[in-house]
Amino acid sequence: MTSADKASPAPEDDFEDEAPKKRFRPEAYAPILTLIAIIAVWELAVELFSIRPFILPAPSAIFLAIVKYWDGILLNARQTLFTTLAGFGFAVIGGVLIGIAIGASRVVYSSLYPLLIGFNSVPKVVFVFIFIIWWGIGTVPAIVTAFLISFFPIAVNVATGLATMEPELRDVMRALGAKKRDIILKIGLPRSAPYFFASLKIALPTAFVGSIISETVGSNTGIGNLVQVAASRFAFDLVFAGAAVTAVMGVAMYYLANILERRVTGWATRGGLDGIGQPQG
Amino acid sequence: MLDDLAPAKLMDHAPEPPLVDLDRVWLRYGGSGGTLALKDCSFKVKKGEFVAVVGPSGCGKSTLMKVVTGLWPPGKGAVIVNGQEVTGPLNFVGMAFQNSSLLPWRRTLGNIMLPLEIVEPHRSRLRSHRKEYEERALALLDLVGLKGFAKKYPWQLSGGMQQRASLCRALVHEPSLLMLDEPFGALDAFTKEELWEVLQTLWLRTSPTVIMVTHDLREAIFLADRIVVMSNRPGRIVAERVSPFPRPRTLDMTFDPKFTELYHELREFISQARADKPQDL
Repeated sequence: MTSADKASPAPEDDFEDEAPKKRFRPEAYAPILTLIAIIAVWELAVELFSIRPFILPAPSAIFLAIVKYWDGILLNARQTLFTTLAGFGFAVIGGVLIGIAIGASRVVYSSLYPLLIGFNSVPKVVFVFIFIIWWGIGTVPAIVTAFLISFFPIAVNVATGLATMEPELRDVMRALGAKKRDIILKIGLPRSAPYFFASLKIALPTAFVGSIISETVGSNTGIGNLVQVAASRFAFDLVFAGAAVTAVMGVAMYYLANILERRVTGWATRGGLDGIGQPQG
Repeated sequence: MLDDLAPAKLMDHAPEPPLVDLDRVWLRYGGSGGTLALKDCSFKVKKGEFVAVVGPSGCGKSTLMKVVTGLWPPGKGAVIVNGQEVTGPLNFVGMAFQNSSLLPWRRTLGNIMLPLEIVEPHRSRLRSHRKEYEERALALLDLVGLKGFAKKYPWQLSGGMQQRASLCRALVHEPSLLMLDEPFGALDAFTKEELWEVLQTLWLRTSPTVIMVTHDLREAIFLADRIVVMSNRPGRIVAERVSPFPRPRTLDMTFDPKFTELYHELREFISQARADKPQDL
């Protein structure tokens, strides 16, 4: 530290400019290889032990079902993706606003937080029935359920980011005459960003859970409805096809959130984007 | 009391009133059963003076800082800054702590310019005069030996460099009062001495009034015009000494017999203060 201080070496370029050299990274292919291995074992097991299709369909059968019902699956997947993302979008807005309120004000925190925890403990399927009475079956209950199930982690994380602000930093700001609004905008929200993105990764899959539950209980479209109808007909290959399609959508959304996170909060990982255990230069 | 009644004109030939005037301040934190941190603590700082506050650990030095800046209201007594009684956080004070508390999502330049986004009149001028302000910040970085590091993120700097940047942030809006709470406490001995000289340079250039809390008596003698010694908790001022060395001071002066003599004298005060057990009234 001292020697660097004294010598004051010529500063290097910004870390963004130091693009890491392309090299073979086995971990980039690991998920695909693992998936192929699991499918192979699954296929072999079904074949070897002659498991009947209505107990566990083989991956090949599921693939064939996806091909066979492609148009229907696409239609329903689109509906589910729409309700999920709409509900998730509201959850991001609502979660951030509630998180700011809870994290910034002790009064709001003590009055709202216990209620939120109680609310979050109730399985959302209970609410679906109410929503169906209010708005009828279909899109609206799915969006609202996706929202309700996914705003909570976002709110809690944003609140945590605000509440864990370093007291020295707050003092520096206050002694400069900063108002609460300044402190939240200039320090609270930027430092909550890593917490926010972490919560998105939890909230997104739960949003899928919300919309699909709602579609299962009361809807004529969506993956939830597709799976429900397929199950009642003992078409388990189609049930698994619905699950597979949902998984693909979930993974795609997760990677989108990841890309956004790296762009916005690269500072939080100190420029080392390779994950835990990697040297940081 | 008489001072309050005297018209300002009659005070013209009187000595300049102190910039900071603590008048018999009592402060207890943690409720009525809490810790009494300051007891009948009186303390004056002249405009442009550099005062170091030393004392046994936990004696209420940092509490004193919070009281002077208005972050904590005194229980009894009055705090007067700039001729006005302090009733809430001041709005112009530069602060730096042991922890540099720079914002990891801002580059060094952005960190240093933070006060300009808060303190008037800079706040309203910043947008239209950004170039001018940026040049001012860059000149300051140059002065503390961080030329060329403006675009680095704080976590790309060494501990000593971060502390230099932290000093720049505290001074960029040219505050009339600078509060330093063990600013070099976490640094190694060599870096520390280097930063003493940096701070002296900065102070000689703009001569703000400085109150610096420190555990290091050599640091206090080297930097300050006057050193005040606080008692064990509850804190009050038990002794003060003037550091007589001419400016700019050099590190060689720290080997001067007079320097050593003052050091021993202050050390003796601290030992006495430590011998009185802290009283939790």
